[in-house]
Amino acid sequence: MYKYDEIDQKIVDERVTQYRDQTRRYLAGELSEDEFRPLRLQNGLYIQRHAPMLRIAVPYGLLSSKQLRKLGDIASKYDKAYGHFSTRQNMQLNWPKLEDVPDILADLATVQMHAIQTSGNCIRNITTDQFAGVAPDEIVDPRAMAEVIRQWSTFHPEFALLPRKFKIAVSGTKEDRAVVQAHDIGMEFYLDTNNKIAIKVWVGGGLGRTPILGTVIREHLEWQHALTYCEAIVRVYNLHGRRDNAYKARIKILVKALGIDEFKRQVEEEWSHLKDAPNTITEAELARVAKHFEPMPYEVLPQHDASFDTAIASNPAFAAWAKRSLHAHKIAGYRSVTLSLKPHGHAPGDATTEQMHIVADLADQYSFGELRVSHEQNLILADVKLSDLYAVWQKARAHGLASPNIGLLSDIICCPGGDFCSLANAKSIPIAMAIQMQFDNLDYLHDIGEIDLNISGCMNACGHHHVGHIGILGIDKDGSEWYQVTIGGSQGNNASIGSVIGPSFSADEMPNVVQKLIDVYIKERNAEERFIDTVRRIGVTPFKTHVYADKTVAKNEVPA
Amino acid sequence: MSNLIQITNGKAHISNDDWTLVKLPASQVEVRKQAGKIVLFKLTGEKTVSDEQVANTVIPSNGKVIVPLSVLIARKAELQARIDKNEVGVWLDTHEVLLPLIENQADLNRLPIIVVHVERFADGRIFSIGNLLRTRYGFKNELRAVGDVLRDQLFFLKRSGFSSFAIRADRNAVEAIASLNDFTAPYQGAVDEAQPAFRRYNRIA
Ligand code: HEM
Ligand code: SF4
Repeated sequence: MYKYDEIDQKIVDERVTQYRDQTRRYLAGELSEDEFRPLRLQNGLYIQRHAPMLRIAVPYGLLSSKQLRKLGDIASKYDKAYGHFSTRQNMQLNWPKLEDVPDILADLATVQMHAIQTSGNCIRNITTDQFAGVAPDEIVDPRAMAEVIRQWSTFHPEFALLPRKFKIAVSGTKEDRAVVQAHDIGMEFYLDTNNKIAIKVWVGGGLGRTPILGTVIREHLEWQHALTYCEAIVRVYNLHGRRDNAYKARIKILVKALGIDEFKRQVEEEWSHLKDAPNTITEAELARVAKHFEPMPYEVLPQHDASFDTAIASNPAFAAWAKRSLHAHKIAGYRSVTLSLKPHGHAPGDATTEQMHIVADLADQYSFGELRVSHEQNLILADVKLSDLYAVWQKARAHGLASPNIGLLSDIICCPGGDFCSLANAKSIPIAMAIQMQFDNLDYLHDIGEIDLNISGCMNACGHHHVGHIGILGIDKDGSEWYQVTIGGSQGNNASIGSVIGPSFSADEMPNVVQKLIDVYIKERNAEERFIDTVRRIGVTPFKTHVYADKTVAKNEVPA
Repeated sequence: MSNLIQITNGKAHISNDDWTLVKLPASQVEVRKQAGKIVLFKLTGEKTVSDEQVANTVIPSNGKVIVPLSVLIARKAELQARIDKNEVGVWLDTHEVLLPLIENQADLNRLPIIVVHVERFADGRIFSIGNLLRTRYGFKNELRAVGDVLRDQLFFLKRSGFSSFAIRADRNAVEAIASLNDFTAPYQGAVDEAQPAFRRYNRIA
């Protein structure tokens, strides 16, 4: 993975000094609340319901074991010995003290980490596929470009105070796992007809209260121009985005208002001046950064491993875990392992200090000392030998990291919601837990098969509910908590936004509502059909009819 | 004491201001609200200055004056002799667009100073405006930020091409100078240093 040189290190060190002074001035009353807010936000510090929340950047989801160990240490030193991995591949601390944040940043800087631009109206952490570099369907490893973009966006002076936050995702696979269409800019790398790396550029995607999938603004961009082309897009947005209304301030609204053709015209006009400017990426720079992402020193192994095959055949629990948790690998004899942070009855995405230390040990022992955070809020060991999988499983299982539910109904994406977030309309974690308990039978979960269930506590959509096969959204009606249900959303190449099935439900009803949706699916599905495929084939109506058929549900409806 | 920071020959210092900033006469602006909240930012290109205000703007009859963009455009003839003597600068708001200025003043460098007024520090349009004036329109003279100008934006303003900063009156400009150098080796090329780190240094993997 990318290792800092003295230039990188100096920037994070100087950031610590800068932020320490900003905190001092705030505490001394020299900075008003309003003036300090964007400063702390650009450093990932929210003021929340119970305490501040600090969001630590995990650039494109890649961590070394040393970094994860440090995150664990920080969580126990400054917080309640756990951290929350987010859908944007970052880690959040829920209970740090505002006064401690400069010290936390100083600790992070010792392991080449920071909280720069993890929040606020600026270019945020760049995200990508959690299997970057190891997935068999990968065409271009997006990590070097992600790092080049990260450096470019860090303290970019022109884009320090945008109308609203700005998210860039990159991907280089056939099967998009980075949700590029749900980002302000999505970059899809591919090889063009000359076998050169090119970029398909999407713009104006985003979830939040107005979910919109991105539109292609350029089919073919040579990789050298990635930064200047982004500058052209973000400049048009910076100058013309709606600052008068926070709900209309995202680039997606500007793109919709102008229409993609006019927006593109303005971008291309800007770019005609920026093209070939010094920020054009050089071969040498891409090569320098790419050196950090060279393949691991893999062993030459056969496709099969007898000990693994035996363990699968003789141990059903191991087999069930392997079925869900392993992802194919470019290299024969290796697999990527997803460690579940979704044990039933726990807040999705949370990991304790102890678990972080265990995962760091596993990474050191079995996966070249590196790991990844997925946007589904799990941790991944990307490079494990078949012959080591059993040992990994045993250790992971002993520490609650081997729920065999990856990709299944209980692998819920869930935002912090009303338990932590001051913007929430409703709690989300207890809903996730109740659903996990309702479906606490593994055979049944496996029978239901692959399904994405996503929960957000309000329309800001941190839990990506719009693109869940089942999406649950917390809403507020006369001061009480209600939940609106959508079905048919999806991420990936075939992304779609879910449709609302009808009036909302109370918290108690939710496990039963999900049960009914699943019942319809089980009844209607064809062989090999996933939940989403069935919804697409038969439409929303059969689901709706069944869910609302029950009088007890209908009677609890709130008049809209 | 003056709250104006100026960078000359790469060095920042507090200096006295010999320019008079000419304000528009007050107008009756109704407070706009959206969902119960006061709207804080004007839309880019929104017309906020009336012909009456332009006509009624009082320009001191001598000395160096910085006039509003709308006044420069509408009352050019009246100002031309003073422009020729290098005694006229122009100011604009962050929601104003540059094109009318460019069309009206073919050679921007006839203006000794351009001032951008930022009503709220969080309005990042000021950075793009600075960048465009310097890189697109080749403006070489003093470029000044006025209004809600605070220490924590100075580094970005400097990198976006600004060379002087009128720090908000209730803040300490002397202390603020330090923040011009919050970072010593930024990554990306910008106005003050066009070359990105990967072209300035021999970065070895
Ligand atoms: C707890 C404090 C949090 C607050 C106050 C917060 C606030 C917000 C707000 C206001 C938005 C909507 C912005 C907009 O649409 O313009 C948003 C979107 C989002 N947040 Fe959060 N968030 C929090 C936590 C999280 C967490 C824990 C995650 C990950 C699990 C997360 C991931 C996201 C994502 C992915 C979106 C994106 C949808 C999009 O904008 O396209 N946030 N957040
Ligand atoms: S979706 Fe709403 S409730 Fe959930 S974390 Fe985001 S802002 Fe908070």
